[in-house]
Amino acid sequence: MPKTIAITGNGAMAEAMRQINPDVVAAFPITPSTQIIEDFAKFVADGKVDTELITVESEHSAMSACIGASVAGGRVMTATSSNGLALMWEMLYIAASMRQPVLMTVVNRAISAPINIHCDHGDSMGARDAGWIQFYAENNQEAYDNMIMAPVIGENMEVRLPVMVCMDGFIISHSIETMEIEEDQKVRDFIGEHTALNSLLDTDNPVTWGALDLHDYYIEHRRGQQEAMYRAKSVIEDVSMRFGEEFGRKYDLFESYCLDDADRVVVAINSVAGEIKEVIDELREQGEKVGLLKIRLFRPFPYAEIAQALKGCKIVTVMDRSTSMGAYGPLFSEISNALYDAEAKPLLYNRTYGLGGRVMLLDDIKDVFKESEEYLNNGKVEKMFDFLNVRGG
Amino acid sequence: MPKLQEMAKKEAAFSSGHRLCAGCPVPIFTKMLTRVTDYDIVVGSATGCLEVASSIFPYSAWKVPWIHTAFENAAAMMSGVETLHKVHRRKNKTDKKIKCVAIGGDGGTYDIGIQSLSAAMERGHDLLYICYDNGAYMNTGIQRSGATPLGAATTTTPVGTVVAGKQQQRKDLTRIMIAHHIPYVAQASIHNPVDLSNKIKKGIEIDGPAFLNILSPCIPGWRIAPDMAVELAGLGAETCFWPLYEVEDQNFKVNYEPKKKLPVTDWLFTQGRFRHLRDAKWSHLVQDFQTRVDQQWDWLLGRQAATK
Repeated sequence: MPKTIAITGNGAMAEAMRQINPDVVAAFPITPSTQIIEDFAKFVADGKVDTELITVESEHSAMSACIGASVAGGRVMTATSSNGLALMWEMLYIAASMRQPVLMTVVNRAISAPINIHCDHGDSMGARDAGWIQFYAENNQEAYDNMIMAPVIGENMEVRLPVMVCMDGFIISHSIETMEIEEDQKVRDFIGEHTALNSLLDTDNPVTWGALDLHDYYIEHRRGQQEAMYRAKSVIEDVSMRFGEEFGRKYDLFESYCLDDADRVVVAINSVAGEIKEVIDELREQGEKVGLLKIRLFRPFPYAEIAQALKGCKIVTVMDRSTSMGAYGPLFSEISNALYDAEAKPLLYNRTYGLGGRVMLLDDIKDVFKESEEYLNNGKVEKMFDFLNVRGG
Repeated sequence: MPKLQEMAKKEAAFSSGHRLCAGCPVPIFTKMLTRVTDYDIVVGSATGCLEVASSIFPYSAWKVPWIHTAFENAAAMMSGVETLHKVHRRKNKTDKKIKCVAIGGDGGTYDIGIQSLSAAMERGHDLLYICYDNGAYMNTGIQRSGATPLGAATTTTPVGTVVAGKQQQRKDLTRIMIAHHIPYVAQASIHNPVDLSNKIKKGIEIDGPAFLNILSPCIPGWRIAPDMAVELAGLGAETCFWPLYEVEDQNFKVNYEPKKKLPVTDWLFTQGRFRHLRDAKWSHLVQDFQTRVDQQWDWLLGRQAATK
C-alpha cells in the first residue's frame, strides 16, 4: 500500500531518489534545490541507499562526474536550480549527445541578473535545446511520479537520453502537500535494474568515448540523437500507461482540463495550473466554456497531439514563465508551431508572468480569462505579447 | 620498479597512427601507462592536443578504455568513473581493481581545469592526474597559459617593440598540488624514461590521489626542430628550470641533481620562442627568469633537507 504523507516537493524528490537508489549522485548545493541533496545525504549516512555521493565543487563538475559515472555503467542522479543549471550548460549537451540516461531534478528558479532565488522557468527553458527529455510537474505528486518514470524512459534502449524533471522553486519545492509515496519494492520492480551499455569500466572490451567528430560524421550523430528523441515520445506514452496501471495515477503527454468543449483555453506549465483549474471551476459554474492545457512533456514536444487537443477552441492564451529576449516565450513558440497546420486556427497570443517569483493570485488568473473573453468578442487580439501583473504594464 | 626491457614487451596503451605532430614527445608517456603496471587502467582526457590527435572518429589510438568530454573537467569526470568502480567493488560486481588516469595539458590543468582538479584531489579519489606541460595552449595555436614561462613568445603574447613576450612568471602548479597534502606529487620529464616510468607506476598504483607534472616540449610552440624535444626537456632539468622531484606524504626527494647547474640561457636560447631575449634590451627578463629558477631550486633543496 502506498503511504499518504505530508511532505515538501524537495522531500518528495529525495524520496524518489532513495527509492531509485542510484549508484552515484554528484551534486552541489543551490537554493531552492539544496534540500533534496541534504535529505539524500542523510539517507547515505544512515545506510538507507547503496549510493556513493560525490560532493563536488561546482555544478559543472556535478554533471561531469555524473557523465563519468554513467559512461562507466552506473545509474546516476543529481539536482540543481537556476545558475547551477546554467553552469552545467556545456555538460548538459555532452550528457545528451553521449546518450547517457542521467536523471536530474531541476527546481525552477530565475536566472541572474539580478540575482533572485524565486521561481520562474528561465533556467530549464534555457536548457530546452540541450537534448534532455524535459518533464514539468504541477505539484509534489507529479514531480515524484515523473521521477519514478524517468529511469524507465531514459534507460530504454530505444531512447538512452538524460531526463530532467522540473518543478517550481519554493511554490512546490518548499510547500508541504499531501501525496502518496509508493512502496519501495513496488517502485524498484517498476524501474528494474540498470543496464550498462559499452561501459568504460569493461577493460576487456575497451571503448573510446567522446571522440573528435568532424564534418564527415557529426551530422549523422546529431540526427541519430534527434531520432532517439522522436522515439522517446511513444516510450513515454507506454511507460506512463504502465505507471497508471501499476499505481493508479494516469498521465498523458499533457493534461487536458475541461478542454473538450472549451472556447477559451489557457496553456501553462507547472504550479500555476493549480490556480488556473480553480478559476476554471468557478467560471464553468457560471457557464463559461474555459479550459486548460497543462504541459507535462516539453521535450520531445508533442506537436500533433497538442494540435489535436486544441482543435475546436476559439482562443488560446499561452502563459510563459520565462522570456526569450527578443522573441515570444518558448512555450508560445511551440504552441504556435503546433497550430500552424490546424484547419481552423484559434486566436493566439502570449502572456509572460511570474518572473523571479512574482505572485499570481486567483484574481490575476481571472483577469487572464476576462481578457481572452474580450479578445474573442472583438474577434481579434489586441496585444500579441505582454507581461502580466507588472509595474508600468 | 619497471625495467625498460620488460616494459617494451608489454602492449602499449597508445598505438601508432595517432596524429600528434612529428617529434611530439607526448606518446612517450601515454605508451608507458599500461607498460608500467599490471593493473587494468581507464584513461580520461581533457580537451587538448592529445585528445584531438588520438580520437578522430572513426579511429582511436587508445588500446584501453578512454573518455573525453570537455576541457576543464577531466578530474571531475574521472571522479565519476572512479566512484562507480568503487560502487562495483562494494557490490561485488567486479573482482578487478581498476586504476583511473586523467590527462590534461597545461591549459586544461593549470588554468581552466584547476578548480575541478583541486576538488578531485581534495575528495581523495583513487586517481592519477597527469599534466603534460608544454607551456601554452598549443592545440588552439600557441596562446599563453598560466604555465607559459616569462618572456616566451606566443600568439597572444607576441614580441613587439615595447613588449617582449609573456610579461608574467609562470605559476608553480606542482607546489599547489603539494599543498593539497595528497599521497603523491611528482615532476618528471619525457627525456628520462626510467624516472618517468617509475613515477607513472607509483602514481597509478598508490592508493588515493596522485599528481604528476611532465615537461613535454612542443615542436611548433617552442619553435624547435622535430628531433629536439628530448634534448630540450633534458636541458630543462640541467638548468633546474624543471627539477625532477617527488613528494610522498610530504617527504621531498629530488630525483636528479645536476653536477653543474647550467644557466637558464642554455635552455632559453635553444628555443625560437625565446629568441628575442638575446637582445640586451630584454636582459632584465632573462635575469628575472634566472632568479626565479634559482629561488625555486634552493627552496626544493631546502625542503628535501628539511624532510630527510
